Amino acid sequence: MEILELTATALAEQVRSKQLSAVEVARAYLARIAELDPILHAYITVDADGALEAARAIDARLARGEDVGALAGVPIALKDIFVTRGLRTTCGSRILADWVPPYEGMPSARLRAAGAVVLGKANMDEFAMGSSNENSAFGACRNPWDIERVPGGSSGGSAAAVAARLCLGALGTDTGGSIRQPAALCGAVGIKPTYGRVSRYGVIAFASSLDQVGPLARTTEDAAALLEVIAGHDPLDATSLPQPVGRYREACRRGVRGLRIGVPAEYFAAGLDPEIEGAVRAAIDELVGQGAELVEISLPHTKYAIATYYLLCTAEASSNLARYDGVRFGMRAARPQDLGDLYSRTRHDGFGPEVKRRIILGTFALSAGYYDAYYAKGQRVRTLIRQDFSQAFERCDAIVVPTSPITAFKLGERLDDPLQMYLADIYTISCNLAGLPGLSLPCGFSSQGLPIGLQVLGRPLGEEQVFAVAGAYEQAHDWHRRVPEVRR
Amino acid sequence: MKISPEQVQRVGELARLQLSSEETLALAAQLSRLVAHFEQLDELDTSAVEPTSHVLPLACPQRSDVTRPSLARALLLSPAPLHEDGYFVVPKIID
Amino acid sequence: MPWEVVIGLEVHVQLATQSKLFCACSTQFGAPPNSNVCAVCSGQPGVLPVLNEQAIVLALKLALATGGTIRRRSRFARKNYFYPDLPKGYQISQYDEPLAEHGAVEIWHEGQLRSVRLTRIHLEEDAGKNIHLATGAASLVDLNRAGVPLIEVVSEPDLRAPAEAAEYMRTLRGIVRALGICDGNLEQGSLRCDANISLRPWGQQALGTKVEIKNINSFRFVQKALEYEIERQSELLARGQAIQQETRQWSAEVGRTEAMRSKEEAHDYRYFPEPDLPPVEIDERLIESLRVALPELPLQRRQRLMEEGGLSDYDATELTRETELTDYYHLAVAAGGSPKRVANWMLTELLSRVDDARDVARAPVAPAGMAELLGLVESGKVSGKLAKDIWAKMWTSGGSALKIATDGDLFQQSDSAALEQAVRAVVEAHADRVAAYRAGKTKLMGWFVGQVMQATEGKANPKLVNTLLQQLLDG
Repeated sequence: MEILELTATALAEQVRSKQLSAVEVARAYLARIAELDPILHAYITVDADGALEAARAIDARLARGEDVGALAGVPIALKDIFVTRGLRTTCGSRILADWVPPYEGMPSARLRAAGAVVLGKANMDEFAMGSSNENSAFGACRNPWDIERVPGGSSGGSAAAVAARLCLGALGTDTGGSIRQPAALCGAVGIKPTYGRVSRYGVIAFASSLDQVGPLARTTEDAAALLEVIAGHDPLDATSLPQPVGRYREACRRGVRGLRIGVPAEYFAAGLDPEIEGAVRAAIDELVGQGAELVEISLPHTKYAIATYYLLCTAEASSNLARYDGVRFGMRAARPQDLGDLYSRTRHDGFGPEVKRRIILGTFALSAGYYDAYYAKGQRVRTLIRQDFSQAFERCDAIVVPTSPITAFKLGERLDDPLQMYLADIYTISCNLAGLPGLSLPCGFSSQGLPIGLQVLGRPLGEEQVFAVAGAYEQAHDWHRRVPEVRR
Repeated sequence: MKISPEQVQRVGELARLQLSSEETLALAAQLSRLVAHFEQLDELDTSAVEPTSHVLPLACPQRSDVTRPSLARALLLSPAPLHEDGYFVVPKIID
Repeated sequence: MPWEVVIGLEVHVQLATQSKLFCACSTQFGAPPNSNVCAVCSGQPGVLPVLNEQAIVLALKLALATGGTIRRRSRFARKNYFYPDLPKGYQISQYDEPLAEHGAVEIWHEGQLRSVRLTRIHLEEDAGKNIHLATGAASLVDLNRAGVPLIEVVSEPDLRAPAEAAEYMRTLRGIVRALGICDGNLEQGSLRCDANISLRPWGQQALGTKVEIKNINSFRFVQKALEYEIERQSELLARGQAIQQETRQWSAEVGRTEAMRSKEEAHDYRYFPEPDLPPVEIDERLIESLRVALPELPLQRRQRLMEEGGLSDYDATELTRETELTDYYHLAVAAGGSPKRVANWMLTELLSRVDDARDVARAPVAPAGMAELLGLVESGKVSGKLAKDIWAKMWTSGGSALKIATDGDLFQQSDSAALEQAVRAVVEAHADRVAAYRAGKTKLMGWFVGQVMQATEGKANPKLVNTLLQQLLDG
C-alpha cells in the first residue's frame, strides 16, 4: 500500500530521483485495478499494455538522464471523453463503442508530455449527460464508500477511481458540475477551472459554451499540480485563454488571512441536507478562524440557473451530437433502407434514453417558433446570472458553498424523474453559466459514512484564490486521508 | 406549455432520431414537465438584457493561412462503417 | 408579358486561400478523394475550428470593393441539417451578424449602367461532395471540399431579366478575379449561385411567390434556368394556378428546372451562435490598409480603355472581362501597338487561339511580340493577310515577327517598278478579259487584282496593285 498512498507530487519526486520506477508504480496500480475494478467499474477501458509501455519509456529516459516532467510516472485515469489516438474512446456511448480515434487530444497530450502514465479510460455518463454515472452504456460505476450508491456524474468513474486508489489523479470534464459533484460524492478534490483555461481540443463536446476540463485528485496540491500541466493557451481551441498559467501549487499554501469569503444565502435554502449544511458551515467557521473575513452576499438569480442551464446545454448538445450519423465513424444501424433510415435508426439504436431526451429537448428549444422563448431567453438570463457573480465578487474574493445538496444516493433511486435529477445540480450549475473556476474538496462525512463536499468559487482566472481557500481548509483536516474500504 | 406526442415526433424528425411510440409518449410527458419548469424564466423581464453566447471577453483568434498535412487516408477511412475506393459510402441519396 | 420578373441571386464565391476555413488542410482542387481531409474537417468527435485570417482579408476586399458596411464585430453561427457531405451535421456560417452588409455591384447591361444592391456578404464553409452513381444503391462521399472557405454574396431582388442576372454573375466574377480573391473557375465550382425568382403583375409592390433554383454553376445555365422558370410560372399563372414556394434544381440534360424532393418542412436550420468561435473583431487599421490597396475594378478599367484608347463599348467590355486580357492589352499598347489595332487583333486572332481567355497570360506570343507584328502591318511592310500567317508561325515556333517575315520573305511588295512587271504580265496574258473590261465589265478589276496577288504569292501591296492596274487598263 505504500506506493498507493503517495501523493502525485511526492511520487513524481521519487520516480525522478529513481527511488521508485515508473513501472513499479504502474504495476501497483494495475494490480489494484485488477482487484477492485470488477466491483467498482470505474474504468471502461484499462490499457495495461499501454501503461506499462509508457512507464518503461519514462524509466528509460530517466536512465539516460533526461528530464521527464513534473508528473513523472504519475498514474492517471482519463474520463472516456478525452480523445486518445489508437486507444478506444467511447464517451460512454454505444454509438462510439468501437471508435479508435485517429488523433490525440490536447489535455492528455500535455499530461503525457509531463511524464504521466495513462492507465485507462474512466467510466462516465453517456456524452457526459448525467449526475450519477447510471447513463453509461457500459454499466454504472459504483461509489467506493458504498457500492450500492452512485459515484455522481458525469465524471463518476474518474472520481471513484481517484477515491478508491485505482489511479493517483484523473481528468474529468465539467459542464454543469460533472467534476465537482462526483468529487463531492466520492470524497475527492476536483476543480473546474475558468472557462477557456484548459484546451477543449480533443475533448468530445457536450455543450461547448459550458464544457471545461479539470483534474480530480486526492489532495488540493495534487489537483493544482495536474492543473498546472494541462492549463494554458492552445492555438487549436479558439476559446482558449491566452493569459499565463497561475502558480496553483504555491497558492495552496498561501493561507486565507485577509481574504474575503462570500457566503450567499441562496445556497443554503430548502432542499439542502442538514448534515451537509452543518459540515459546510463548520468549514466556513474554520476559514474565519484562520483569518478570512466573512461577507454575506446575494446571488438573486440562482433559482433560474437550472432552467437556464438545461435550455442552453441541451440546445448545444443537439447540434454537437449531430455528427454521430453512422457515416464516418462509430456505429451504423444494420441494413438501412435508405439514407433517412440510416440516420434515424443509427441514432435511435446508438444513443441511450437520457441523450435522446436532451437531443429532443435541445432541438425543440432551437426550433422555429420556440427559439426566442426558450434558447434566446436562456441566453439573456445567463447574462443576469453572470452579473450576479460580478457584483458579488466586488465584495469578496471567493465564494464558499456546498457542492451538492445531497450525499451519494442509491443506484436507480432517481432514474425515473429527470427533473428531480436535474434539480440536484443547483449548486454547481451557475459556475458554468458564468464561466468561473469552482473546486470541490471533502469537508466531512455524513452519519452514513458518505463524503460531503465543500465548494469554493472564484473570479474568472481566480484559480489561485480558490486553491488558497481549499488548501487552507485542507491542511486543518484529514478528511482527504480517509480511504474507502471497498466491500462487495 | 404542454408538449404533444406529435411535437415530439416532429422534433425527432428534425433531429433524425427515430422514436418508438412508447418513447414518444414518455418524452412528451417528461418534456411537458421540464418545459413548464423552464417557463419560470418568464418571470424575468429580459427585454433590455443582452444575450450571452460567450462568457469570455475574447475576440476570435485567427491563424495564418498555412497548410499542414492532412490525415493519412487509411486512418481517416478505417473507423468508417463502410468505405470503398477512398470514399465513404452511404445509401443512395435522393434529392 | 403581363408579369414583371423579380430576381435575386445568392452567389457562393470560393476564396483563394491555401488552407481551409477552419483547419490547415489544403484547398487544392482535383486531389484524390478524401486526401485533403483531417480530423477537423471530417468532424471527428472532439475537434474545434480555428479561423483562417486570410479568408477574412479576402472577404473584406469584396466588401470594400462593393462599398459595403463592414461590421466591427461579426459572428459565426451554426446552420443545422443532416446531409452526408456535411460532416458535423451543421455548417459553420454567419446568420444575423454577417461580416458585411449593403453595398452594390454596378453592371453594364444592354448599353446601360445598372446598380444591383447587395444585402450582405458572409463567410461560411463549403460542404463536401456527394457522388451519385447512376447504377447501384449507394452514393459516395468525398470530403476534400468540406471546409473550403466561401463567401456568400446575397443581392437584393434588383434584377429584372435572365440575361441581366447572367451579366450580374459575370460582373461579380470579374470583380472577385480582379481583387484576386477567387480563381473564377466555374467548371471547378469556384462560383455557384442560387437564384430566387418571382413574378408579379406590373405595378404591384408586393413580391410574388418565390422559387429558389439551387446550385447553378455557369452564366449560361443561370440564364437558361431563369428563362425556363419564367415560362413555367407564367403558364401556371395564365391558367390561374398558384405558384408553389419551393426549391428547384436546374437539369442541364433536359433543359428544365425540377422540384427537389427534400421535404420543405425539413428546413428548420435552428441557427444559433457558434459557441466554439468568439465574435470576429475587425480592426479599423486593417480595413484602411485594404482600402488603399484595392486594385482597379473591371468597370473602371473599361471606362479607362474607352477614354484613353478610344475603344468601342464592345471592345472595352470584352477586354476587361478577364484581368489577363486587360493586362495583355496594356502591355501591347505600352510596347507601341495602336490601341484599336491591338484590341481588334486580340479579340479575333488572340482569343481564337486559346481555350480560355485567362490563358493569354501564358500565350506563346508576348504582348510586345504582337505589338511588333502590328507595327509591321501599320507601316505597310506586311500585309494584313500575311500578318495572319506570320502570327501563326510566331505562335508555333516562337520567333519574332520581323525575323519570320525576313526569313520567309513575306514583306509586302511596294516597289512600283517590280510590281508593274507582274501587273503587265497579267494584263498581257489575258487580252480577252482586258477587252471585256474596257467594254464596260469593270467588275473584272477584282479578278485582275487576285491574279496579281496570286502571281506575287500574296506579297504585293494590294493598294498599289490597284493603282497600277487602273493605269494600265484605263490608260
